[in-house]
Amino acid sequence: MITSSSTPESVAQAEEILREAQRWRQQIPGDLHEHVVEAIYSQAARLASRAVTRPGLAAQPTLDRTIDRIVTSRMWGFPIMLLLFALMFWLTISGSNVPSGLLASLLVDQLYPMLREGATSVGFPWWLRGVLVDGMYLATAWVVSVMLPPMAIFFPMFTLLEDFGYLPRVAFNLDHLFKKAGAHGKQSMTTMMGFGCNAAGVVATRIIDSPRERLIAIITNNFALCNGRWPTQFLIATLFIGSLVPAHWAGLVSAGAVTGVAALGIGFTLLSAWALSRTVLKGEVSTFSLELPPYRPPRIWQTLYTSLIDRTMFVLWRAIVFALPAGAVIWLSANIHVGGNSIAEHLVGGLDPVALFVGLNGVILLAYIVAIPANEIIIPTILMLTVMVTGSHEVGQGAGVMFELDSDQAVKSLLTAGGWTTLTAVNLMLFSLLHNPCSTTIYTIYKETGSARWAALAALLPLGMGFLVTFLVAQIWRFFS
Amino acid sequence: MNTPATTTLPAHETCASCSVYRAANLKKLGVNMARWDYVVALAGNPNTGKSTVFNALTGLRQHTGNWPGKTVMRAEGGFDYDGKRFKMVDLPGTYSLLSTSLDEQIARDFILFGQPDVTIVVADATRLERNLNLVLQVLEITDRAVVCLNLMDEARRHGLQVDERQLARDLGVPVVPTAARRGEGLPELLQTIRDVATGKTVCRPQRLEQEPPALQPALASLLARLKAAYPNLPNARWVAMRLLAGDDHLAKALRSGELGTLTNHAQLAPVATS
Repeated sequence: MITSSSTPESVAQAEEILREAQRWRQQIPGDLHEHVVEAIYSQAARLASRAVTRPGLAAQPTLDRTIDRIVTSRMWGFPIMLLLFALMFWLTISGSNVPSGLLASLLVDQLYPMLREGATSVGFPWWLRGVLVDGMYLATAWVVSVMLPPMAIFFPMFTLLEDFGYLPRVAFNLDHLFKKAGAHGKQSMTTMMGFGCNAAGVVATRIIDSPRERLIAIITNNFALCNGRWPTQFLIATLFIGSLVPAHWAGLVSAGAVTGVAALGIGFTLLSAWALSRTVLKGEVSTFSLELPPYRPPRIWQTLYTSLIDRTMFVLWRAIVFALPAGAVIWLSANIHVGGNSIAEHLVGGLDPVALFVGLNGVILLAYIVAIPANEIIIPTILMLTVMVTGSHEVGQGAGVMFELDSDQAVKSLLTAGGWTTLTAVNLMLFSLLHNPCSTTIYTIYKETGSARWAALAALLPLGMGFLVTFLVAQIWRFFS
Repeated sequence: MNTPATTTLPAHETCASCSVYRAANLKKLGVNMARWDYVVALAGNPNTGKSTVFNALTGLRQHTGNWPGKTVMRAEGGFDYDGKRFKMVDLPGTYSLLSTSLDEQIARDFILFGQPDVTIVVADATRLERNLNLVLQVLEITDRAVVCLNLMDEARRHGLQVDERQLARDLGVPVVPTAARRGEGLPELLQTIRDVATGKTVCRPQRLEQEPPALQPALASLLARLKAAYPNLPNARWVAMRLLAGDDHLAKALRSGELGTLTNHAQLAPVATS
């Protein structure tokens, strides 16, 4: 009977075996790996030929092949890809307006005053009512009405596309770009995963076996817009970009803007990969084979169900969990006064100089600090802070209280009152793409790389780029206007 | 024969030996596994429907996608079949077990060190040759394997006929044709898993017929040493091959004595009454 305890002689024996293995390794001609693979492949081929028969006709060119020839062709691959994504964004934007308005009027216009009165009549002190109803409830109500409709439309479409088998074709189209940038072709897959969730995308880089290329993939994954950032893109594009053109073009133009930001994200991924692979992460590009799976008719109902449960509800739940405490914090910071001004006003005032310089504003930067745990709560945070700073007492019932906004137009007029311009909106969309990943993703990067340094680089690189890009855009914008 | 405890009507007792009845007897346990009788590992190429099989048996809703590389972590779940509790571990989908990438390492280490009672290799019936590469590698590591020949519906659609009996004879392990998306073949798969886990079905996997000629002297010499040191090692040739390839994990396991604890299942596992 052998025991697991390592006695001196068993250790000596082990070392002896290892030494011998090493000796042999040096004597084996050629590549050991290849010898083994060859033996396995030839046996697999022999077994397969004994078991598989193909009666009747040899395979005719299948539908799969024909579709692939078009969607992965040099000429049509990219245009089809962009059009398909733009179409999804357009459906999302034009489809979510009405339900968003309905939810807002239900949760904010009707339920909120009732809760407020209820809290007063039960005899809650003003501060408790403030934290619970004006802070936590309103932040959550906003999260639900702003985020639920676009997610309930976008995620099922995205999942259907995934189920059908289109995403690997996107990866195929992008593959040679990634190789040119000095990254692993498989990174095109992990980037696709990042479009859902960056933390998942970072974990997915485990399929890349070279540590150098894996690090590149991890650090640049954040440039893929994640679930939590889509709603910000959709809302801001609708309010500020779509409104620049006549109404019947608005949907298309906003969809185009979101497509542009997503494509820009791919651009930044490639650019950073290129820069990293020429500086801190130099090395050879490894090759791999990418399998294009057969197209499968998506199982519509099952897909709808799982995408609603796994994605929409998951993201919404996460948003609510983070919005509750954030709402309380925002309300408190708006209502605790130090030296005449509230804490929030101090913070916004302190951030304003830097923020306005790069074409954003203090509210946005503060919102991005509050929203480090989850990008999902950016929009509600911005709205609450804006009400408070602009002192829009006429629309609300006091500083830090959210107010009755029954349409997107009201949101826009509020933001405009807060000093927002088209530049602010454009830069917010860019900053939403280019800033530090959420804390979950940063932690995942730390766990996957086992290094605080790489995690810090992965957090600071996009943040630095965000400031740089918004600064440049602001300069150019101001120069021309 | 085990008769299910829930049986109330006498008519059911006569059904109890029928495989269709057993499938109805499947209790999906999700992730709520406090204790288990057997551990089942699920390996396979990417995009062969591994996660679909996993979900069908455990009742979990691991996200599946038409998307190679969906599962890079080990997902675990469980099911209760015929009165026995099975813990199922979904390994990352890989094309081989030879490279240094983390996903292949996770799969390789679990099959070797986790010593699952059964390893299911899900293979794509429409791409049998390439999938067999992985099957053969798994069979080098473990005896107790079941090949789940999935996507049979697609194979039929493409006009392919796969002779699973021939394949089972050649491989020396059970081969179960399935179309997991439609639930076809899952009752048979469950039964086969049970039979292999309990030892009712004994696998005699056919391992590589031809060792790579360039490696023969090295393998022979290492193999002799390994067998002398660890007479119970069930997969000495594979271990020798990995040592030649310079696998750090195996070297570490050898130094720590962990390798010595790996023994042939068939010699140790209690033979379950069935």
